[in-house]
Amino acid sequence: MQNKQELVPIRDGYGKALLKLGEINPDVIVLDADLSTSTRSNWFAEKYPERFIDVGIAEQNMVNIAAGLSMEGKIPFATTYGVFICGRAFDQIRNTVCYSNLNVKLVGSHGGISVGPDGGSHQTIEDIALMRILPNMTVVVPCDHIQAYKATLQLAELKGPAYLRLAREPTATITSEHCEFQIGKADIMTEGNDIVIIFAGTIGAEVIKAVPLLHQKNIYPTVINMHTIKPIDKDVLIKYARKFGKIITIEEHLKAGGLGSAVAEFLAENAPTKMRMFAIDDRFGESGQPDVLLDAFGLSAEKICQRVEKFLYEG
Amino acid sequence: MERSEIITKLQKKAISIRYEIIKMIGKAGSGHPGGSLSSADIGVALFFYQMRYQADNPKWEKRDRFILSKGHAAPLLYALLAQANFFDKKHLSTFRQYKSILQGHPASYLTPGVEVSTGSLGQGLSIAVGIALAGKMDKKSYNVYTLHGDGELDEGQIWESAMFASHKKLDNLCAIIDRNHLQIDGVTEVVMALEPLVQKWQAFGWHTIAIDGHNIGQIISAFDEFLTIKDKPTVIIAKTVKGKGVSFMENKAKWHGKAPKGELLKKALKELSTKKD
Repeated sequence: MQNKQELVPIRDGYGKALLKLGEINPDVIVLDADLSTSTRSNWFAEKYPERFIDVGIAEQNMVNIAAGLSMEGKIPFATTYGVFICGRAFDQIRNTVCYSNLNVKLVGSHGGISVGPDGGSHQTIEDIALMRILPNMTVVVPCDHIQAYKATLQLAELKGPAYLRLAREPTATITSEHCEFQIGKADIMTEGNDIVIIFAGTIGAEVIKAVPLLHQKNIYPTVINMHTIKPIDKDVLIKYARKFGKIITIEEHLKAGGLGSAVAEFLAENAPTKMRMFAIDDRFGESGQPDVLLDAFGLSAEKICQRVEKFLYEG
Repeated sequence: MERSEIITKLQKKAISIRYEIIKMIGKAGSGHPGGSLSSADIGVALFFYQMRYQADNPKWEKRDRFILSKGHAAPLLYALLAQANFFDKKHLSTFRQYKSILQGHPASYLTPGVEVSTGSLGQGLSIAVGIALAGKMDKKSYNVYTLHGDGELDEGQIWESAMFASHKKLDNLCAIIDRNHLQIDGVTEVVMALEPLVQKWQAFGWHTIAIDGHNIGQIISAFDEFLTIKDKPTVIIAKTVKGKGVSFMENKAKWHGKAPKGELLKKALKELSTKKD
């Protein structure tokens, strides 16, 4: 059973990492668009006010100010809800940040339907698609607060545009301080012989919860955490596609353009594999409690278990 | 050098820059002559009077920064950069061609002296704000200049950045508006009225200077004035004529993004070379 106290929002990991960066890297600047208490960038703001910029509710301006700062050697982390930074400021990200290949870090909190009651307007389920299609961009989707912490620190060291997706809800911690984490290199979380499940993001907590349920049905999956959507870990994909011949991808994102889509694009040309994508299919999210929504969208541990079983035995 | 001498020299340079603009667009068979010509005098005053830079060291830390927010005036920027020796003039004849270092709109990864890629309107002022802010944080002495079309002011982002720049007291930032009164679909005041423009910028907390954008004396005085302003950003609203210097292009919206061909190209070049001599 999960202990309620173990649930930590992934954005806390981001907030802590910014504090660390504030201490070790004087070039790091944090920007927010009036949502700093919600994204956790306020922790940095309190400690390093001279390196924090609140632009007000103006995401387009924020992204291009970050671009200008990066041109002068700063490492800006432009932060707000994913739906606003990727959608409202897409042209700024495309034409200024990516086309000029600038060292701007874009951070979108409140990814996926697990945002909950705020509803479809605030649940970004298209951000991965929008960001990963852009040349020069790196896209990282950590699974818990510990991984978000490590990802943030590594992104500060990585030159070039990057998008980091965070989530709102407190979720189970499924990695530990000792786990290795490297942008671009997938984590193999458990090895089994029946099927391979690839996930990205905090939905990993549901996937990990589904594993013992699958064991009860005598199904032993290999579970891969594909925290970096771009560049995707091609070696791991080839290896496991060839080994299993069946792949399931799981994500809190639209089926179009997300993790599953990225996996399919690569495998279709290099190791065609039978796939199922557990994702959100061509619709917006809606209001509701996160657990209710995940279940309704077929992404709760129980639903994942049922769907895996169905795919394995029925195809 | 005497002020009158400086002015005469810059006037001459402006004519050769206009000549290069038309030659470049004529050779390419496409491009944007109207707004390149209207801001040619401003561009010349920026590059050959106002800004500090080292052409053989485009990333020189102390350089003044220039952002061409109206990226479609790329021919003007390229003519200026070539004239200032950022790259060989021979590249101008490759403008808009495959593999050229001179793309249709400025691309910083290809062209020495281009600070950042532009072309989607309304973004340059925010970028300049970021650069100006970094300058303030690090106590650097450089200034940041931007050039905007007046039609570009329709973009909401311009006003986001205008608010921000005065809020942060960025007196190292100077925006220049090429106020030629025309945008692609016609007269600005018909398509989307901008007036009273000076008052708008004042209301946003900027120091405003309204000038004739073809009068070199007024342009350089405005730049001199900018250097004396403290605690607020400056905007120079330069009244200009779209297509300035080529008789059949002047005040015609249709020459916003069209290349002169055949006899018209010859006529335009002849008009400009007559003025050159």
